[in-house]
Amino acid sequence: MELILDILLNPVVIALLKIVVIVLVFVAATGTVMTLMERKWMSAVQDRIGPNRANIPFLRDFRGRGALHMAADGLKSIFKEDTVPEGVDLVIFTIAPFFGFISAVVIWAVIPFAAPIGDFTFQITDVNIGILLVFAVTSLGIYGTVLAGWSSNNKFALLGAARGTSQMLSYEIFLGLSLVGVFMVNGSVQVSILVANQNTYWFGDVIPKWGLFTQPLAFVMFFTAMLAEAKRLPFDAPEGESEIIAGYFMEYSGMRYAAFMLAEYIAMVGIAALVTTLFLGGYHVPWLHAEGFQIFGWFMAVPVWLVSALQILAFVGKIIFFCWLIIMVRWTIPRFRFDQIMELGWKKLLPLSLANIVLTALVLLAVDNWNL
Amino acid sequence: MGLKFPSAESFVTSRLDEVINWSRKFSLFQYPFVTACCGMEFMAVYGPHYDGARFGSEIPRFSPRQADLLFVVGTVNHKMAPILKRVYEQMAEPKWVIAFGACASSGGFYQNYSTVPGIDRILPVDVFIAGCPPRPEAVLDGIIQLQKQIQDKDSGPSGFSGINPRQTKEELLLSRE
Ligand code: SF4
Repeated sequence: MELILDILLNPVVIALLKIVVIVLVFVAATGTVMTLMERKWMSAVQDRIGPNRANIPFLRDFRGRGALHMAADGLKSIFKEDTVPEGVDLVIFTIAPFFGFISAVVIWAVIPFAAPIGDFTFQITDVNIGILLVFAVTSLGIYGTVLAGWSSNNKFALLGAARGTSQMLSYEIFLGLSLVGVFMVNGSVQVSILVANQNTYWFGDVIPKWGLFTQPLAFVMFFTAMLAEAKRLPFDAPEGESEIIAGYFMEYSGMRYAAFMLAEYIAMVGIAALVTTLFLGGYHVPWLHAEGFQIFGWFMAVPVWLVSALQILAFVGKIIFFCWLIIMVRWTIPRFRFDQIMELGWKKLLPLSLANIVLTALVLLAVDNWNL
Repeated sequence: MGLKFPSAESFVTSRLDEVINWSRKFSLFQYPFVTACCGMEFMAVYGPHYDGARFGSEIPRFSPRQADLLFVVGTVNHKMAPILKRVYEQMAEPKWVIAFGACASSGGFYQNYSTVPGIDRILPVDVFIAGCPPRPEAVLDGIIQLQKQIQDKDSGPSGFSGINPRQTKEELLLSRE
């Protein structure tokens, strides 16, 4: 009995369990559901009904409002022919889809789901380089694009890869720069500290110091840069039906193609989680402290387990909100031309992010000097 | 006692076939090969009013490797025919073809030297949709018919994907001659 408890409470085992629960259950499931939600929400924007016919005949034609289309897409991809065109570099062709996956999944290593209870953290690992690790790993995603385009032995795939790379590389620069302001305000890049600092309040305990309020400019820029990093519309230069067809993954069929698509949606959920963590207070429910709600001197005690449950719920809710926002951006803003993407990046966002750093420094200096 | 059950093996495979076909019919990624005026009606089918997306067939994949359903919409002339055939050949199995409108089905009113009199001269077509252009309801009916064909077919790979299940391969070859 003791041995079993020892094994179960081993930090390695706990970390593995967290990985399974967070990555395999939560992330994979949300990513898959988002493929359907994209179609449903797009239909709502366009005043349509959207997919709803897939049914289970022997369960009284159960349809679940189209939820089964998700299963149909997945199953079909598995049983679709796996084409490998002539002249393909097979090893690279095979591993390319995984780069996108890895970069989309590793983000979750540092994302906290709720406030720690004693020694137990709701976070796979709380490394002190935190966000820097995220930057390092997300830039791996570029390799997926390049290698897929390069190994496919197809002009259009190569052109798509070139376009994708130049877009992702240029947006990487102020992806980092836009967050410098956040690091300056918090004096740390460790995720747990960044989140904990956002649960302090202005004016007694009224307005939470969420990143959204302390660094509004950074929020907009980071969100934009992240969209471009994930190649989501309006920044989808790597794809373009009229010029380069499906872009860098055009030679992939069946499950390999599905892997690219799934990675895109998982990356979308990852972006939502990252933006939530950095700018929307992460798992924080406003005015909910470790002991209970507290606002204007009014206090209500809440048991510990309920606090954690509420925090997880709030976190998931915020993620879903941002996923919704990303999809709405896609279906309301027209697609940018390639030169427009570059112009927005280099001529507008880059100076703006530099200005944000200077401004933040000035404000911090003023606050320190005059004790504002 | 008097009952005879099918062997467990055939039961499993037939159920699997059913499930695979079920998934295929509700996930028809389409390749719209739009060449002429029928395209307007094609857009209407996937627009708000008729919403072909309800059948799970709305996702356009312009890479033939990722498409399941080739929509040939409009007139195909002799110069275009090899390209159409090449697109079809590049598609990954299983694949289906819908001839959308009179021109794609039979050449329509173009009785001349330049038009292919029906794309079934070059591709195996699963569903012909009549009309010049067809009404969106007719197109939706065509999609539903294709879904029925897919559900009834064996899911194994075949050189002639999506032939009429009641037609053998020899009959089909004969009818093409
Ligand atoms: S069938 Fe009629 S509407 Fe369609 S492409 Fe031919 S001429 Fe145009």
